[in-house]
Amino acid sequence: MESIPRIGKRLDPLKLREDFPIFERKINGKPLAYLDNAATTQKPRAVLDSLVDYYSAHNSNIHRGVHTLSYEATLMYEAAHRKVAGFVGATDWRTIVFTRNATESINLVAYGWGLRNLAPGDEVLITIMEHHSNFVPWQMLRERLGIGLNVVGVDARGVLDLGEFDRLLSERTKLVSLVHASNVLGTVNPVKELTRKAKEFGALVLIDAAQSAPHMRLDVEDIGCDFLAVSGHKMLAPTGTGFLYGRGEILERMDPFLYGGDMIERVTPERSTWNELPWKFEAGTPDIGGGVALGTAVDYLSGIGMDAVAAHEDKLLRRALERLSAHDWVELYGPSEGDRVGVVSFNVKGVHPHDVAGMLDEEGIAIRSGHHCAQPLMDRLGMEHAARMSFYLYNSEDEIDRAVDTLENVKRLFG
Amino acid sequence: MEAEHYELILDHFKNPRNYGTLEGADVSYEEGVPSCGDLVRLDVKLEDGKIAAVKFSGKGCAISQASASILTERVTGMDVSGIMDLKDSDVLESLGLTVSPTRFKCALLGLKVLKKALVQNTRDGAAPAPPDGPSE
Repeated sequence: MESIPRIGKRLDPLKLREDFPIFERKINGKPLAYLDNAATTQKPRAVLDSLVDYYSAHNSNIHRGVHTLSYEATLMYEAAHRKVAGFVGATDWRTIVFTRNATESINLVAYGWGLRNLAPGDEVLITIMEHHSNFVPWQMLRERLGIGLNVVGVDARGVLDLGEFDRLLSERTKLVSLVHASNVLGTVNPVKELTRKAKEFGALVLIDAAQSAPHMRLDVEDIGCDFLAVSGHKMLAPTGTGFLYGRGEILERMDPFLYGGDMIERVTPERSTWNELPWKFEAGTPDIGGGVALGTAVDYLSGIGMDAVAAHEDKLLRRALERLSAHDWVELYGPSEGDRVGVVSFNVKGVHPHDVAGMLDEEGIAIRSGHHCAQPLMDRLGMEHAARMSFYLYNSEDEIDRAVDTLENVKRLFG
Repeated sequence: MEAEHYELILDHFKNPRNYGTLEGADVSYEEGVPSCGDLVRLDVKLEDGKIAAVKFSGKGCAISQASASILTERVTGMDVSGIMDLKDSDVLESLGLTVSPTRFKCALLGLKVLKKALVQNTRDGAAPAPPDGPSE
């Protein structure tokens, strides 16, 4: 990866942008400032090229044919699992299951582990900060199995109530399913400490790392979690890619999630036995090309270094908070200190966030507006809607200035 | 972002016309866009198949509220049949700016509510009950 531009430990976003074909586009005649990275990220040419290369030169189905292409495709797809394992600190690549996204990863645990291992009297512990994807599967299990679902709250700034976490954790808690970084507030939860506490009660721990894995160095062994759910498309890979890390011995004992081809070891008319990890959880022909490209995205990020990515985004976050907090007509959400990823939700007082986002779009600036698939959190904090900027490695401080300058114009118009 | 394009929208957003509720309305109807929380309620008074008076209330983005305000001015005095013939493009063209397709739902909420109100009036006869949960 000698083409990755680096300046010592600091990355140069303007140089990096050259790797992303989409930034050649103009939006409404203006250069694209893409500040909606918590929704999905743009894709570097290396990732796009690896998709084209896979389909142009290696396309075949995996794990079946004896022919050359099938062998190559199998090697490439397995290599992508190895790269992802290395990226999150998993020592055994077979503990990485490719999925479509973090949502599917969480559902895999709910169906494959929860349905068999939970019973009335058991409890799942989540937080009010969860994305709907880490709320709804557990509500489903509550309805089906009659288990309890407890929800840890936050303070007014959106910091997790650690006292309530302690109070709600008990011997009845069988699973703690916890967001690492909030997609609304950017709050980074102390997952290592919370995992340690959960383990004292024998609970398993799932970390929703959809908003953290793309932005910082992660190590599942260091955190000590049992599961980690990640979306590939939020870390430069194609849409339709994601993965679940699971502790090997737990994955071994779990039921499959989907049933069919490639996930079996032996099928008779009466019964079937399951394939080895991770294929037991990857039924049917997977998104091989997407999986290979996810591996390339990991290479790209590793070439830059996740610490450099995190440092760059922290600089962008500080810039955004500094510029936005200078205005009393901006309502800012999320913690002003402590761990936080590059996500800034805000409102311009008196202006609906859809109007804000629409007017920024006219300037080529892409931000999100709405409820961010986190209605319980929004309700708790009394935010009906919010606008949201979220950053990635190719964003610059200039783009943040452009966005805030435009907000100043919006406010001037609305008065 | 051209300020002059927003003149009409912002004028109606800041000073909504025909705002409020209508005493003795023949029909009232409200509907929202769940994804963004926009809400428009219309109270309509009819005479001889024409709209004698209409008032709107609601909340949400400038596009949805201003569009509803502009619509109330336009339809006052119009035949019911003429209103049912109004096309989405008629509304979109009345706003003074090009609305992005992502905002069509907001811009067209007022027209949708008005048509539903008139359909409900036809269905229910002369004295419909007001819908549940009117906003203040």
